[in-house]
Amino acid sequence: MKVLVAVKRVVDPNVNIRVKADGSGVDIDNVKMSPNPFDETAVEAAVQLKEAGVVSEVVVASIGSQKSQDVIRAALAMGADRGIHVSTDADLEPLAIAKVLKQLVELEQPDLVFTGKQAIDDDSNQTGQMLSALLNWSQGTFTSKLSFENDWVNVTREVDSGRETIAVKLPAVLTVDLRLNSPRFASLPEIMKSKKKPVETKELTSFDLQLDSRFKVQLVSAPETRNQGIKVTSVDELIAAAKLTAKGN
Amino acid sequence: MAVLVIADHNNVELNAATRNAVTAALELSSNVSVLVTGYQCQAVVDQVAKIEGVGQVLVASHPSQQHFLAENQSLCISSIAKEFSHVVAPATSMGKSVMPRVAAQLDVQQITEITKIFDENTFERPIYAGNAFIKLVSSDAIKVITVRATKFVSAIDGNNVAPTKDIEANFDAQLSKFIGAESSKSDKVELTTAKVVVSGGRGLASEENFGLIHQLAEKLNAGVGASRAAVDAGFAPSDCQVGQTGKVVAPDVYIAIGMSGAIQHLAGMKDSKMIIAINKDPDAPIFQVADIGMVGDLFEVVPEMIAKLA
Repeated sequence: MKVLVAVKRVVDPNVNIRVKADGSGVDIDNVKMSPNPFDETAVEAAVQLKEAGVVSEVVVASIGSQKSQDVIRAALAMGADRGIHVSTDADLEPLAIAKVLKQLVELEQPDLVFTGKQAIDDDSNQTGQMLSALLNWSQGTFTSKLSFENDWVNVTREVDSGRETIAVKLPAVLTVDLRLNSPRFASLPEIMKSKKKPVETKELTSFDLQLDSRFKVQLVSAPETRNQGIKVTSVDELIAAAKLTAKGN
Repeated sequence: MAVLVIADHNNVELNAATRNAVTAALELSSNVSVLVTGYQCQAVVDQVAKIEGVGQVLVASHPSQQHFLAENQSLCISSIAKEFSHVVAPATSMGKSVMPRVAAQLDVQQITEITKIFDENTFERPIYAGNAFIKLVSSDAIKVITVRATKFVSAIDGNNVAPTKDIEANFDAQLSKFIGAESSKSDKVELTTAKVVVSGGRGLASEENFGLIHQLAEKLNAGVGASRAAVDAGFAPSDCQVGQTGKVVAPDVYIAIGMSGAIQHLAGMKDSKMIIAINKDPDAPIFQVADIGMVGDLFEVVPEMIAKLA
């Protein structure tokens, strides 16, 4: 079984982002970048399946600037076999990304596509579902556990009411929740080895796709700041300040 | 302009977030229909028909729609979407799973988790875990939208009962099957609609200690929340998780106990009207958003609160 994992390069999750004063966007110049944390979980899931002998090859794809190769290399150091970089400086929306991924799927013919359930920059939570719909494949969103049974995957999903288990038919797109696993730290020998693994670059312009943007961004603004709070030193003060009364709300 | 709202429910009870989505839809147009997909879900149809402002209820009832499998539900929604200018769902786990499929089937770019409507094409939504908001104009012919429930008031019941209409519901893609669900106890106060939420973090240190959170919540008739760290450590079930990728809540009072206040958690609760933080670390980031902060050992403070709230 072959797996394709889609990874996105995003602002490091520990960075406090700043909105530009002119409202044109978020200031990400000279900010530390990382693989999207959910996508690292997706890579880990694929590599674990390879180690378990369920999967024969793990291919990692990223769409973006030249620097997207960094996140591909990070995935290769975790144990993925090879990478595909679709090179573009355009800022693509989820539907456009899904359309590019669909073409990669048609080329690579994987049995399973993994991706994070959302990217921590745009928080869209769309790409996996859109890819699955474009392919007319099954989807498992918010995957926190999975097991295989013939041509089906049992997917336990984190949903609002608790957990739900569904079976999805292969081929499938699975978007993963952080609870699925803890991504490994790549060891130095693995990092050295990953430098020799193949990464193929394709120019986005070589794809026969209309990827016009559907959104025009008018303004990016910072959230309203909260007023400075007070500190209390006793429970009595706390209860009084909050006007808390038992069952009284 | 006709707007379609997708109801989120479990065939018995309407998920309250649907009411917030109806409010958003009514900001767009007075012509609002609600689609109820499901099976043996008449009780839900009755609940939806009473909501003030709902013009008609479309009912797609069929075994293939019973478990809200995204492949089947999205086909049903797409089959009628072209009759509408906007297709709106609450940003619940249903909305997040199904609507991107609908959008892709219609070749439109979905607008996720809107927080404000400026006009029929212009919306605001959060990015970077709510650390920025983006105002965007969508050029798609049909707008596929999910709605952040806490940013729109809940539509109440009116005096009229909207007419219902059955639509084609047999959309079985045969791509997925429902196996089972584990739901948490329903006797608790629902987290996303609770007026008060008591939330615990890693500082609780064990599932047993997390009982303190439940005790305090019980006193205050509050919903129980948890940080991802607390859920990951097994102190609380995953449906308690509040944050960027968990539930978004905005109660009148949010009491954060033993949690540092990671960006990801703040994303899910910083619209609360009043935030109270109890943490022994005076430098915990949670104090930067708290209206009332108390630096102290939660194992002393919380039992005292429970006793004094008697």
